Amino acid sequence: MLKDQDRIFKNLYNDKGSDVESSKQRGDWVGTKDLIQKGREWIINEIKSSELRGRGGAGFPTGLKWSFAPKELNSRPHYLVINADESEPGTCKDRDILRFEPHKLIEGCLIAAYAVQAHVCYIYVRGEYLIDGQKLQTAIDEAYEKRLIGNNACNTGWNLDIYIHYGAGAYICGEETALLESIEGKKGQPRLKPPFPALIGLYGCPTIINNVETIAVVPTILKRGAKWFATLGKEKNTGTKIFCISGNVNKPCNVEEEMSISLKELIEVHAGGVVGGWDNLQAVIPGGSSMPLIPKKICETLRMDFDSLVNEKSGLGTAGIVVINKDQDIIKCMARIARFYKHESCGQCTPCREGSGWMWRILERMAKGEASRDEVDMLSDVTHQIAGHTICAFGEGSSWPVQGLLRHFKKEIEKRNNFNPTFGSDKKIPYLVDQHLLEKKDA
Amino acid sequence: MLKLKVNNIEIEVEEGLTVLQACEKAGVEIPRFCYHEKLSIAGNCRMCLVEMEKSPKPIASCAMPVAEGMNIKTNTKFVEKARKGVMEFLLANHPLDCPVCDQGGECDLQDQSMFYGIDKSRYKENKRSVPEKNMGPLIKTQMTRCIHCTRCVRFATEVAGVPELGAIGRGEDMQITTYLEQSMQSELSANVVDLCPVGALTSKPYVFEARPWELKKTETIDVMDAIGSNIRVDTYGWEVKRVLPRINEDINEEWISDKTRYACDGLLNQRLDTPYIKYNKKFEKASWSEVYEIIKSKLQNTDKEKICGITGDLTNMDTLYVFKEFFNKTLGSNNIESRSDHTYLNADKRENYLFNSSINGIENSDFIFLIGSNPRYEATILNARIRKAYLQNRMQIVSLNDVGDLTYPYKSLNGEIQKIKDITDGNHEISSLITNAKRPMIIFGQSVFKSHNARFIFETLKSYLIKKGKISNEWNSLNIISDNASTVGSFDLGIYKTNDGSNEVLKNLENHKYEIVYLLGQDNLKFEKQNEFIIYQGSHGDKGAEIADIILPGAAYTEQNGYYTNLEGKLQKAYKASYPPGDAKEDWQIINELAEIMNHRKLFNDKEELDSSLTNQINLLIEKNNMKDFSQIDNTDFTKEILKVNHIDYYYSNVIARASKTMFECKNSKINFKSTGTEG
Repeated sequence: MLKDQDRIFKNLYNDKGSDVESSKQRGDWVGTKDLIQKGREWIINEIKSSELRGRGGAGFPTGLKWSFAPKELNSRPHYLVINADESEPGTCKDRDILRFEPHKLIEGCLIAAYAVQAHVCYIYVRGEYLIDGQKLQTAIDEAYEKRLIGNNACNTGWNLDIYIHYGAGAYICGEETALLESIEGKKGQPRLKPPFPALIGLYGCPTIINNVETIAVVPTILKRGAKWFATLGKEKNTGTKIFCISGNVNKPCNVEEEMSISLKELIEVHAGGVVGGWDNLQAVIPGGSSMPLIPKKICETLRMDFDSLVNEKSGLGTAGIVVINKDQDIIKCMARIARFYKHESCGQCTPCREGSGWMWRILERMAKGEASRDEVDMLSDVTHQIAGHTICAFGEGSSWPVQGLLRHFKKEIEKRNNFNPTFGSDKKIPYLVDQHLLEKKDA
Repeated sequence: MLKLKVNNIEIEVEEGLTVLQACEKAGVEIPRFCYHEKLSIAGNCRMCLVEMEKSPKPIASCAMPVAEGMNIKTNTKFVEKARKGVMEFLLANHPLDCPVCDQGGECDLQDQSMFYGIDKSRYKENKRSVPEKNMGPLIKTQMTRCIHCTRCVRFATEVAGVPELGAIGRGEDMQITTYLEQSMQSELSANVVDLCPVGALTSKPYVFEARPWELKKTETIDVMDAIGSNIRVDTYGWEVKRVLPRINEDINEEWISDKTRYACDGLLNQRLDTPYIKYNKKFEKASWSEVYEIIKSKLQNTDKEKICGITGDLTNMDTLYVFKEFFNKTLGSNNIESRSDHTYLNADKRENYLFNSSINGIENSDFIFLIGSNPRYEATILNARIRKAYLQNRMQIVSLNDVGDLTYPYKSLNGEIQKIKDITDGNHEISSLITNAKRPMIIFGQSVFKSHNARFIFETLKSYLIKKGKISNEWNSLNIISDNASTVGSFDLGIYKTNDGSNEVLKNLENHKYEIVYLLGQDNLKFEKQNEFIIYQGSHGDKGAEIADIILPGAAYTEQNGYYTNLEGKLQKAYKASYPPGDAKEDWQIINELAEIMNHRKLFNDKEELDSSLTNQINLLIEKNNMKDFSQIDNTDFTKEILKVNHIDYYYSNVIARASKTMFECKNSKINFKSTGTEG
């Protein structure tokens, strides 16, 4: 259980006020100038030694990412882009940061922009977060007014302008390169990699893209020291994390907790337990809808961090925990998720475009018990044909939940879809043209 | 050079290539749909996945740049599985209606699914159906078949420069369409038919005409403009069914204009298939011997100075040469002319009527100045090359006239000829742009030569360029866009009669000084007939045949072998793909026979003799031309005038196009010559 003094987001529930004055009382914008004056090298090394990993889903080490930005400024400017296109079903952590802790984000932007030598920072806010975006804009205006950002931000001599860009409601624009396309005013479709955005990104210039939470924790890490941050959690999975717990729990909530906390504790202590008691638990989606689900058996002992979840063939993702109890039809749940991915596929590359719809249709039939037995293996084939063959990680994102279902609930599916597609030799189906072929033994 | 391994074959390739190109160098074929050499890389079909050592996922070879020490494998189970998977997805929503699809037999998807696909479909859901889109009179759509490779979209935005094609919707609901379902406003639009790897975009005029294996394919040269695009003519019996581009990196790369491609149905209509004689203002069918006898008696009873010959815009050089020999030797006259307008011609040097920087040279140019030219309609392929060069080098382009959208941005002056004087006097900003540029290009359109000040514009600018050292052996910045396929060939053969550059034959003709006029495929004359006796030899019943007294049916460009010289001065041979209809004969043969009747002696024994004599003659003429010097003229000799770029009836510019139904439809639906003033 995280101690109150170790909490980074002290205003996660907005009981202390989100304006600049109350934020200052909580420690924001205190000593920012000193931090920046310690220099780029120091900031990046500090973040590296804190072992902070990106909070957007992939868990890429943040310090390493920053060090990819070219050391020398050439003719092309550098950009910092904040990914606030939080569209993953089951995740709502960034929203609370945007509206209740905006100054942590803005301060983080200044430090990160200084570290990667960017004078312009774009915050790409999900279109549906209009009100939260407006609150962030208010905070940005406050910061400009207090000369915390803008020309000579915090008297450091560094200039930083922050612009909010609203998305138009496409899940795929949360993918970093699609997000860049969207900012440029094009259709949100992921770019081919390489080249990576750290070298050729927004408008062809070096661009560092980070999640809101990643940037928002940076000032606190620097202020309290990398060592403090590294002592929380376990090795390579350090620090605190905001978990979003939803689904069949008594008290759905956002909570900041230490990394590597046990899943059971999160659900029982913070979310008021599973509806119908722990024994009524069927499965948990640990990291937003794109991560494979985990059945109850594993949930008992599961610890919530990047590496432990990878060992269970799942992932921490965005830490959006969706609890599914036994009242739910698990196949139907996954069919709904598959439908979401079918709807949000950008349509650029073949496997995802054609495969996501195919998966959804099979799952819909499976939920109704209308699929045949051999289709279970075929569905597994289809998911493997998508994953790893696409331009962006959306391919994995759409096929992993289905793979998780097949891994842990195959028996359930087979029980419901018992239908054998091979016809018996005595079956006379009037419309079947190839009847004579089926009458052979091995048909 | 980088070293890498492909299937354990060690190869060395240059830096900057993609893995796919490296594999091709190693002789390993990679299946692909979206990748195309001439277009940007999309990497979205995922068919080209290969295995790379140390990469857990297969990589898209078309998009991955090569790196030192890569180990690529394409023959493993892993790759086979990836390819089969992608192919299954591509076929999932693709209708398997190959027997009724026009692409059948030349379909990339069909071929590659045979090699790389699986034999059965596991997709049991209903297939997606997509409504058809209207893309104008040339492109037939069947969008259900689309595999979303976006080649067409990339072609339209990158090469054609009309960003009118695009994909709307996302995921499996993505659809390729034109903006508001209008036809593409491009003269290169039909190239998307060739680019489409499936039957989603097919050729509308050719719909359900033939299967590719039924057609006889002849590689030849196009005559619709002076570019000399390399084409392949597909014939079924006598009929020319379609025209496709052939790759020639020096001329048309892989593209041809819509006129080149679709005017071919004009070869079937309005054809002259038998000799005619006009009695009482009505044409009567006649035999060859009849018409020859009449012509013979007419020619023999007329003063040779009262006879003139005007050649046409599509005539090949063999015919032109025979025609010239016929006039010079058989008739003893030199009243022959190839220009149908009062255009200025200084043929003292060959460079005065050529596109000297060459089409490839456009890509090296750093400044382009267009004078009285709208290359988009005068030489479509050349315009596409200028756009390509612009995208690569972003060089400055200036035009004396505002000619509307050229698919690349340019600065336009107001067309005053005073500007030319300012430039040559060094009093204009363009002067320094020309002198500072290493490889400037000054491009003259035919409108320049038709203007009253043609001589002034051309000669002063030329002497200015010589003075500034922009015409040398390394780089010749003087460029003339010829309008017609036979223009350069005619000038090379000396088919013009002039002392001061003006068109003397035409002047005399307009003053009705000739009694017999021999029109060789010449249909563009604006001339009021009085008492002239007109012999028309040509392939189509058009303006020339209308005023004729005797019609000799000839052959079109697909029906005879012959040489053409393109606007750069490249000599290319067009081959016979079909044969002339009815009693019509090849053009050289008609003149040769006429000569035999006149003098009891053929000009040439056979085609070979003609060909060898022609090539000798061309070499001689070119050498002789190079020895002459150009004429100096007075610098102040001009009248105030605003140069106008002549309106070109793009889809109606020659007899074949005028006889074509497809061109008629294009003219009605596509073209919008007027610039709206809102384009960039």
